[in-house]
Amino acid sequence: MKNAIHDAMVITKRQLLQLARVPELLVFSTIQPVMFVLLFRFVFGGSIDSGQPGGYVQLLMPGIFVQTVAFTLASTAIGLAEDMKKGLIDRFRSLPISRGAVIIGRTFGDALLNILVLAVMALAGYAVGWRPTSGIVQTTLAFLFLFMFGYALSWIGILVGLSVKEARTVQSVGFLVTFPLTFLSNAFAPTTGMPRALQYFAEWNPVSTMVAACRQLFGLKNEFGATANSWPSQHPLETSLLYMVILMAIFIPLSIRKYKNYSN
Amino acid sequence: MKSVIAENLVKTYRKGEVKALDGLSLDVEEGTVLGVLGPNGAGKTTTVRILATLLKPDSGHATVAGIDVIKHPDKVREQIGLSGQYAAVDETLTGWDNLVMFGRLYHLGRQSSIDRANELLERFDLTEAARRPIKTYSGGMRRRLDLAASLIVKPKILFLDEPTTGLDPRGRQDMWGVIQELVKGGVTLLLTTQYLEEADQLADEIAVIDRGTVIARGTSDSLKKQVGGERLEITVEPGDLDKVNEIVAKISGHATHVDLRTVSAPVLHGSKDLMVALRAMDEAKIHPLDIGLKRPSLDDVFLSLTGHVAEETVVEPIGKKKRGGKK
Repeated sequence: MKNAIHDAMVITKRQLLQLARVPELLVFSTIQPVMFVLLFRFVFGGSIDSGQPGGYVQLLMPGIFVQTVAFTLASTAIGLAEDMKKGLIDRFRSLPISRGAVIIGRTFGDALLNILVLAVMALAGYAVGWRPTSGIVQTTLAFLFLFMFGYALSWIGILVGLSVKEARTVQSVGFLVTFPLTFLSNAFAPTTGMPRALQYFAEWNPVSTMVAACRQLFGLKNEFGATANSWPSQHPLETSLLYMVILMAIFIPLSIRKYKNYSN
Repeated sequence: MKSVIAENLVKTYRKGEVKALDGLSLDVEEGTVLGVLGPNGAGKTTTVRILATLLKPDSGHATVAGIDVIKHPDKVREQIGLSGQYAAVDETLTGWDNLVMFGRLYHLGRQSSIDRANELLERFDLTEAARRPIKTYSGGMRRRLDLAASLIVKPKILFLDEPTTGLDPRGRQDMWGVIQELVKGGVTLLLTTQYLEEADQLADEIAVIDRGTVIARGTSDSLKKQVGGERLEITVEPGDLDKVNEIVAKISGHATHVDLRTVSAPVLHGSKDLMVALRAMDEAKIHPLDIGLKRPSLDDVFLSLTGHVAEETVVEPIGKKKRGGKK
């Protein structure tokens, strides 16, 4: 067990070293969400009546944060697929290290990267007028939620990466999964305008519950999402936690098993 | 004692459609070098992957250092080093980063990892490039670093999968030098190659494989004897062809091969036979357009062993792409 943690930490450190050697990586992970902030804040935002004190940006930023961490799914999968393609995973597997260490280490690494990315995004939000009003404890708790959500999705990314194996395919798959999940949600617009069926989907969507939870923790009233009166939109914090636990309970063992059976 | 034993390995891909290994057996005596020679798709890499515990065979049995690779892969991993097409290093990191990381993964302490990395970089002439990302390295430097990464804990048994494929002649020479040094240190080595010359240079024994099975095995000399060793090849004006054919046949004592203006036949004494031929042609007042000794290539070995040329049956395990440099 001690060895397993040590090995995983070495793999995690490798990812941080990559970031130190190629700092552009951080730019790649943040440039898209920053563009989204600008797009929604200044292009669409003017025509959206949020009914919030402080304006649309207060509703927008939680959506952007969740969308950003949701991208962890794809980035974990792509990173893993690239390592496999380049033969690095085979090298690791020929070493006398504990079996799960390589993928556990990667999820840690991506989680740490998420802290940096979230910090950059928070600064970008602050620059365009986002101001959480709930105080330091609740705000920190919101970021903890976001961090956990990214970590849970990272494990889906591991399974996707191991299954698809081709970085380019992973990218398309990642896009196909994250795109509808982030847009069929309350992240950018209220679910009220959606057809009834879509509205239910949007409100049960973990992205929506996360966004609603974050809005609540940042001190906003949650009227933007709670339109269908569904249980998740009434209890976003509990539902989000439940989703994270379920995701990890399913995907951590599945991914580890898949990795162990990779040699067949 | 045998350090590596493989018995009747069978491996199929795509649910049995593609047979990568078809009852392959081989062994390597401790402290010796076995060269596994064959064209692309013959099963070389699959063999190495099974022996290095990266892949499970469908059937068959293999031991490395006396340990069963299927039952105790973890114990095998403590004994081996692997380098080649598949086992790679992290290209975004520097050479030094990589070696220290692998040292840590072999559970050396921090300082020991650093010391060992410096030692290996020095030994493989990479000290100057140590702080540069691997992606800026030349092909030869990359391979040397890759090899260094497999030597961190001084393994007793080493697998090198096509260590020089894709390198220029200079890089190949350097790599051969490095490998020969290793062998002097007493390591047991199994290396795969597409080049007869490489197997000749480095291996004590050669196993020729084709379509997933060993088709010939022996020392380089005995294989060459089977193939006919070097060939004398003379190109002349068409009018002189018959006369030259006579000369070559006499020197060779084997059937000659005549092709437009070129006569060739196997010879046993190389340059001595070449001189005899030159003298005979000089006496007959024939001026060759071209004359030389041709060393048998992998194609020649295959042609004489199997009756067909070395075909590239592309068996590419899904999702386990070959890296660049393959021709």
